[in-house]
Amino acid sequence: MPRKTMIEAIRDAMDIMMERDDNVVVFGEDVGFFGGVFRCTQGLQAKYGKTRCFDAPISEAGIVGAAIGMAAYGLKPCIEIQFADYVYPAYDQIVSEAARLRYRSNGDFTCPIVVRMPVGGGIFGGQTHSQSPEALFTHVSGLKVVVPSNPHDAKGLLISAIEDPDPVIFLEPKRLYNGPFDGHYDRPVTPWSKHDLGEVPDGHYTVPLGKAIKRREGSKLTILAYGTMVYVAEAAAEEHGIDAEIIDLRTLLPLDLETIIESVSKTGRCVVVHEATLTSGFGAELAALVQEHCFYKLEAPVARVTGWDTPYPHAQEWDYFPGPLRLGRALVETLEG
Amino acid sequence: MSDDGSLGELGPLSLHVPEPAVRPGGAPDFSNVELDEAGAIRRPEVDANPEDIRDLAFSIIRVLSRDGEAVGPWAGLLTDDQLIEGLRHMMTLRTFDARMQIAQRQGKTSFYMQHLGEEAVSCAFRKALAPGDMNFPTYRQAGLLIADDYPMVEMMCQIYSNERDPLKGRQLPIMYSSKEHGFFSISGNLATQYIQAVGWAMASAIKHDTKIAAGWIGDGSTAESDFHASLVFASTYKAPIVLNIVNNQWAISTFQGIARGGSGTFAARGLGFGIPALRVDGNDYLAVFAVAKWAIERARRNLGPTLIEYVTYRAGAHSTSDDPSAYRPKTESDAWPLGDPIIRLKNHLIGRGVWSDDRHKQTEAEILDTVVAAQKEAESFGTLHAGGKPSARDMFEGVYEEMPPHLRRQRQQAGV
Repeated sequence: MPRKTMIEAIRDAMDIMMERDDNVVVFGEDVGFFGGVFRCTQGLQAKYGKTRCFDAPISEAGIVGAAIGMAAYGLKPCIEIQFADYVYPAYDQIVSEAARLRYRSNGDFTCPIVVRMPVGGGIFGGQTHSQSPEALFTHVSGLKVVVPSNPHDAKGLLISAIEDPDPVIFLEPKRLYNGPFDGHYDRPVTPWSKHDLGEVPDGHYTVPLGKAIKRREGSKLTILAYGTMVYVAEAAAEEHGIDAEIIDLRTLLPLDLETIIESVSKTGRCVVVHEATLTSGFGAELAALVQEHCFYKLEAPVARVTGWDTPYPHAQEWDYFPGPLRLGRALVETLEG
Repeated sequence: MSDDGSLGELGPLSLHVPEPAVRPGGAPDFSNVELDEAGAIRRPEVDANPEDIRDLAFSIIRVLSRDGEAVGPWAGLLTDDQLIEGLRHMMTLRTFDARMQIAQRQGKTSFYMQHLGEEAVSCAFRKALAPGDMNFPTYRQAGLLIADDYPMVEMMCQIYSNERDPLKGRQLPIMYSSKEHGFFSISGNLATQYIQAVGWAMASAIKHDTKIAAGWIGDGSTAESDFHASLVFASTYKAPIVLNIVNNQWAISTFQGIARGGSGTFAARGLGFGIPALRVDGNDYLAVFAVAKWAIERARRNLGPTLIEYVTYRAGAHSTSDDPSAYRPKTESDAWPLGDPIIRLKNHLIGRGVWSDDRHKQTEAEILDTVVAAQKEAESFGTLHAGGKPSARDMFEGVYEEMPPHLRRQRQQAGV
């Protein structure tokens, strides 16, 4: 099976959907002729023409607002916000409009858009190229929120997202674009061509939204992770010799609660890990749900390992990023707790 | 600054905060509103170069003269029957407003917003559109529905949030939605729909369709950043859209100078984006129709966007929650130099010999009967606090196409 990077897999998903459905249009800043600052849309304009894949003015509210109008007409826009850190000017359009259009019009108008945006740190991106704002979207009724962690899932999830009849926020961990990353910043990076999950089938396939997947079977402890943290979790479990079950959530909203409950009920312990800041982060929702549904099975408090409650710093990148060392300590504490 | 740190001849800075000419207690004064004579403004070809018609952003296109005659190059587009129909639409909207205003005071609904004085804008514009075109209205363009014969009972059921409410009680009163009637779902968030309208128009162009979009915004909301985004996108992609600004002088309590800043007119905002802009007498049904038709034809012929500023006056309160006497003279609307759109069209029709005071009174009575009958029917399906209401189950539907597990659990918890 061909191996692809996450960038190639994402591009492949858009290519396939543009081929299959004339209503799929792709646009955003630098997305057209240049093919995107991360090359995710490279070649699409040449193949499908300027009216299917085009450059947009630097206006996030304009990009999302126009996409909502196009969706109301009947198109299926798959749009790009250059960095998740720059989505805030479009927040009103996403929260007040895209998420609520079906509800407020009783289905008279709908909003089948996908808003792609690179997220996450670990790249010396500083304050405005590293953020993980997923909790700002999981709090919004009417949105779906997806975070893939590998090329195979990225393609299948993006195809599902484009085909989905509702607005999907598609968060792409840019640290994983070219290869998996476990937080060991001092070691050479492995490209996706050397990783099994870099195997991406040709043609159309889907990974369903709302379904988590077990990345590692284990019996002593459950780690709930998504995006880059899946690999940090694998490294931490391995290095500390912990028999952990690692669940890659893949979709945060709607959440695959069944898989979580099943796993934590079995292991009796749970550690939640994400790059985003702690307070009111998505981990709070996960911890609350685990507590609510698995209280009598729990043998230790649910732990959260996350970014600190500070803006994402530059020089202190590795003191901020929740790497395998910090996670490993939490795993040991939770096991002993 | 001089070496010793003093300002020298420069005085200290001061902040400029614009104020309306008159406040409560003062005599209304519209001497600052520069009016052009009816018929005085030229009518360019629809494919005119935007650069060559910049002057139209600083004048006011008017058709009806002081004597009620239709004059000039923008006149002569509507037949007697079409004008009488237009008059009926405006009278219907005004009667509808009055009844719903009372219904709100009677506690039958929580909220209402009138169109008093602005009836010509949406009623006339609607008649210039073709089936399939899409409006992206604000909360003050119900004339688009009335003039398209959208059932009044449905509008009232929405206002009452009753068991027949097409929006299942989920939306605040007057936030209608009707795809079938080219009326996009209204949002409470101002200006958001303006850029969506541009996107809709872009989609129509992408699909090589022949439909056009109309965006709507008030004077106050042009200060929102979505207004700016809309003009950039419309201009960049030459979207088939008419960008309407209804300048009714007031944004709740804030006079239009706060949003307009130092620029000459709202229409002039279009010029910086290369968008041709027209200013029109918003209380002149004939002028509104003529200008709308011009802009719509431009869009339909793929010549790109047009911006129109409708100069009008918000004669009523902002909403049922507002008391304008707290911030503007009580009699200000009487002094408004562009008068009342209904009276002006009525006088024109009388002048044409196709209308009379008696017929007007008779029509008024007929319309009242129709509106009252619709109201009775709507109230038979319930009002906000009495009678039939949407089911609590409906609250959980339509968040997504398919209800996800967490919402199913919550619906179960709610016991519905």
